[in-house]
Amino acid sequence: MKAFLKYREIWLFAAIVVLIGLISTRFPAFADPGNLRQVFNDTSILMILALGQMVVILTRSIDLSMASNLCFTGMVVAMLNAAHPAIPIPLLIVIALVVGLVLGAINGLLVWRLNIPSIVVTLGTLTIYRGATFVLSGGAWVNADKMSPDFIGFQRAAFLGIPVLSWIAILVIALFFVLMTRTALGRSIYAIGVNPTASVYAGIDVGRTKFIVFCISGMIGGLSGYLWISRYVIASVEVANGYELNIIAACVIGGISIAGGIGSVGGAVLGALFLGIISNALPVINISPFWQMAISGSAIILAVVLNARGERQQGRIILRKVEA
Amino acid sequence: MTDIPAPRHIPDRLDKPLRSAIFSWEALLVVVAVAIFAINSFASPYFLDPYSLSDLTFNFTEKGLIAFAMALLIISGEIDLSVAAIIALASTMMGMAVQAGAGTPVLVAIGIVVGLGCGAFNGLLVTRLGLPSIVVTIGTMSLFRGIAFIILGDQAYKGYPQSFAFFGQGYVWWVVSFELVLFLIAAVVYWFLLHRTSFGRRVFAIGNNPIAAQFSGVRVGRTKFILFCLTGLMSGIASVLITSRLGSTRPSIAQGYELEVITMVVLGGVSILGGAGSILGVVLAAFIMGLVTFGLGLLNVPGIVMSIFIGLLLIIVIALPIVWRRLRGGR
Repeated sequence: MKAFLKYREIWLFAAIVVLIGLISTRFPAFADPGNLRQVFNDTSILMILALGQMVVILTRSIDLSMASNLCFTGMVVAMLNAAHPAIPIPLLIVIALVVGLVLGAINGLLVWRLNIPSIVVTLGTLTIYRGATFVLSGGAWVNADKMSPDFIGFQRAAFLGIPVLSWIAILVIALFFVLMTRTALGRSIYAIGVNPTASVYAGIDVGRTKFIVFCISGMIGGLSGYLWISRYVIASVEVANGYELNIIAACVIGGISIAGGIGSVGGAVLGALFLGIISNALPVINISPFWQMAISGSAIILAVVLNARGERQQGRIILRKVEA
Repeated sequence: MTDIPAPRHIPDRLDKPLRSAIFSWEALLVVVAVAIFAINSFASPYFLDPYSLSDLTFNFTEKGLIAFAMALLIISGEIDLSVAAIIALASTMMGMAVQAGAGTPVLVAIGIVVGLGCGAFNGLLVTRLGLPSIVVTIGTMSLFRGIAFIILGDQAYKGYPQSFAFFGQGYVWWVVSFELVLFLIAAVVYWFLLHRTSFGRRVFAIGNNPIAAQFSGVRVGRTKFILFCLTGLMSGIASVLITSRLGSTRPSIAQGYELEVITMVVLGGVSILGGAGSILGVVLAAFIMGLVTFGLGLLNVPGIVMSIFIGLLLIIVIALPIVWRRLRGGR
């Protein structure tokens, strides 16, 4: 199982290397370490979001409300910053995490306590959270001139030659790696995805674990809210509209099975990077940005076709496997 | 891998909270619809007017048409997120045909055929390659709309012939629009298909237990393929209606419709886990969503705020029976 997972990520990594190689035949400077650092920085937010989505998908659930959560939390911190520029950025980040956590906990409670399928719950909260952003802001935008220099500058400051945004992404990746491979919670998340019934017999509280993963994805959505707003320096109701599907696309390309239980931190990161490289490369090699949607769509389909062999049949007999 | 003895009773599914509520679901929806209707007529003096009520129907007919096919698809345990993208692609193709000088019959044919083709493409990927439909259709959603963006970019197609405008703007009799008639006909056809034919029984059987259905001689793959084609077909028809109503095509046309269609289906009592649901419920849900958006529109509530009500309605209507049952059953 483990060898197979590694195998899959190596292939994705190879595909990314080939992709960079192909792009650099037309535009050599693309493969430049400085430019690749830039691409990584550009993709940081998507990587963070994909990791949050990954833990949810691993438990056979889905969180469609992440982009709306991002939009709402981003608006909250932007309005706070515009009204009280004195609030230090670390505190704002904590506020973003807490607001995101609350929104995620609402999803989680509905899934856990009322047993409503996650796709229905988050379909509802997707529209509610974005609508709430409108109610909160009254439809107004928060522009760059209303944000404090610290608010905008924090993630752009370089530390050891790399922007803080990239460091945050690296930190989140490291945290998720520890969570998924070194903690009991991580093992429970995989177990629930592979076989929920067996997980119950193994003493895992499935409902509570699902609640926790929605709290995690909520916090990630909140954190990304601050990062997104301070990166694109505009907070509006339209922020990240439809982005939830990009996040899921990154997970799918990263080999995370929508049926749950299969997927890894490395896969989610590489899946996001793959999409990030495509969106960064298109303008460089003079292809209209209008091509991006069709290309990422094809990439998703190709990724599922290639990953299909590893995924199990749906509706299989429960309790067939003991290991894995 | 070691085999361990399986427990005597193996449930098809771990949890199915909707199953026991389904018997009273339509009743609940009727109550909700009547309540919203009453609130609307009190809230706005312009509501109880035949022409207002006629305008109201445009809020749900196009999405409702897709929702019928989507209901069958979701009952069979699959889903199609690409319906709005199919609308965009079909509309773009019709736009291209207009530039080439095509007449109204050709335009309609193109819209329907493109929709059907897209649905068949989804169906082939899901049934032939055995891929999960939610992922396939997220992919084709980007692909179909992406093609529309490649063709159109930031441009728009206009100049649809005068006779083409009938489908989205025309009235069959007094205030009864062509769209509404089509919606009602489709409702009857899909009701008959799902509740009165062996095909409909097969759809339920597949949704409840695809493996048992397979062993019972149901051609699971072929049935699902037909359902994807139907969903594509209905999206094509919806594309004709929307394009005709708007009179122009942009690649961003019908953006976000897929979630509204699915909301409609789920609100109508179709279990998102498959295996349960009714067309009557979907019809009622379509009316309710139309009533809510139109009523709020009359009160000058912005569209984005309406979406809060739709989202709350979805969650509350599904949560209510569960909470109620738990309070009553003490569990």
